[in-house]
Amino acid sequence: MSSTKFILGLFDDPDVMMHGIDQLQKNSVPIYDVYTPMPIHGIDDKLGIKPSRLGYAAFMFGCLGGTTIFSLVYYFMVHDWPMDIGGKPAFAVPSFIPATFEWTVLFTAFGMTATFFFSTHLFPGRTPRVMDLRATDDRFVIAIDAKGNIPHEEITNLLKEAGAVEVKHNDRKYVSYE
Amino acid sequence: MKTHNSFDEQYVFAGKAKTWSLIAIVVGVITIALGFLTDTERTFANLLLMGYYFTCVCAGGVMFCAIQYAAQAGWSASILRIPQAFGKILPIAALILIIIVVSGLSMKHTITNEDGKSYVAPYLYAHWASHDLTVKGSEIYDSVIAGKSGFLNEPFFLIRMVGLLGIYSLFGWLLFKYSNNEDDFGGMKYYNKSFVVSCVFLVVFGFTVPVFAFDTIMSLEARWFSTMFGWYNLAALWVSALAVITLVIILLRKAGYLPWVTQDHLHNMGIFIFAFSIFWTYLWFAQFLLTWYANIPEESAYFYRRWEPDFKIWFWLNIVINFAAPLLVLMSRDSKRYTSTLQTICIILILGHWLDYFQMIVPGTLPQKDHWYQVITWIEPGVFIGFAGLFTFLLMSALSKFKSLIPKKHPFLEESLHHHI
Repeated sequence: MSSTKFILGLFDDPDVMMHGIDQLQKNSVPIYDVYTPMPIHGIDDKLGIKPSRLGYAAFMFGCLGGTTIFSLVYYFMVHDWPMDIGGKPAFAVPSFIPATFEWTVLFTAFGMTATFFFSTHLFPGRTPRVMDLRATDDRFVIAIDAKGNIPHEEITNLLKEAGAVEVKHNDRKYVSYE
Repeated sequence: MKTHNSFDEQYVFAGKAKTWSLIAIVVGVITIALGFLTDTERTFANLLLMGYYFTCVCAGGVMFCAIQYAAQAGWSASILRIPQAFGKILPIAALILIIIVVSGLSMKHTITNEDGKSYVAPYLYAHWASHDLTVKGSEIYDSVIAGKSGFLNEPFFLIRMVGLLGIYSLFGWLLFKYSNNEDDFGGMKYYNKSFVVSCVFLVVFGFTVPVFAFDTIMSLEARWFSTMFGWYNLAALWVSALAVITLVIILLRKAGYLPWVTQDHLHNMGIFIFAFSIFWTYLWFAQFLLTWYANIPEESAYFYRRWEPDFKIWFWLNIVINFAAPLLVLMSRDSKRYTSTLQTICIILILGHWLDYFQMIVPGTLPQKDHWYQVITWIEPGVFIGFAGLFTFLLMSALSKFKSLIPKKHPFLEESLHHHI
């Protein structure tokens, strides 16, 4: 029993790597994930990745921010300490709008950042978990879960034939832990 | 439905589009003729509204081209011919607006002001262009208007209008000519020229559009002023132009042209419309909030008039359809990529910005009514249909004269054909 956990195919050209994905899919080899130093158009569709739900999170955070400050301002200006400002009624909605707008934007921005950190495990100070360090430099990496995907030699040959410059059999999922 | 795949395919202006645009023009002409016989004042207000709207949409097309060149955008290369056609008909739109303004200034009738004094005033710009307003000692002398007469006087007013519209038309023509030459000769020469011309145009346009809006629309109520008004009008111009450009692209695509335009291009247009509708609301609100909050009589008179029973419903409807509709409908990615949703929103926004201009022009020029449903008569839709037909006819004629519906040798054309978001 081999101790290989992940098979990585390293490519030096995005088009060759896209061809590699085609080859793997043609041979029914499930792809765990693909890591690239830059965004590649069309790769989401090819890998069947669902569209990000970050937009929905942003909408919810925006609604939360807007309602929070609107309720707070309402409490301050109408309920707790009503003031006569220029003869306006205490519940003067137009003057609440700038603050509501700003808090909506603020909560959306912070909320999206937090959601992004949460879903990608990218917290400040934490060592990022990467499968191959050169995926952030000049290599386009296709990762294949080795478990169940046998024989490994065939996958290696497939990757090599598709144009991989290097194929790695890693015993650990991530090369950098903590 | 047929499919065209050649870049050399020309647009053929015939069939239903031509018939209906000609019918619409006839409807417009009849409405204007009957309007002059029954309610000249209202007809003039509507002519000014639609003349201004028409000119603004065409100028917005030039602005679209200029922004794409100045930003060196690649995605839009394959749709640039549409806004270029807007620029091509801008001189005609400008001419129509100038004719409306000149005849509005020269045709006169007798009106009665708030003090009960009758005097002869022109049909348009009665608040500053009436003869005795600035003559000291006359019965209707107005010191505020007299103080502004160094700027707001007929010769200078017309010089500004002709000058500005001439400059915008010149830039629109230059951008079209360079793109056309690019098709014939290729190379980077004409792209670089377009880049320079676009940068100059955007600076000129950005600084002069407020003056154009102050002159054409804000001076209808000459005693009132708002420094936000110019930007607010620029935003309205830009949103309505984007809506019209998108609608034209969608309809041409449905007719089987522009096969290279994908959902991704329309998605980008949807993002533009969404973003600038929010921007329009921002400026609308910035103008409103400060006036409402400060509550200085000379400023709030403008909104006071619009809060009287006949206009209050229209006033709020304006903000609802121009803000809430694009905000709620266009927020999600799918609705921007779904052609019929985008098309519906474009039509709503085109009507919405008509209402926006209606709000700016009519309350200050026409007498007050008792009920909200009395402020829109048969003249409004008639003139709107007439100008819509005229716009369609001129735009489609301009498009059918193009040798190709795509700038074949645009340096970023490949990027645009493979645009993907």
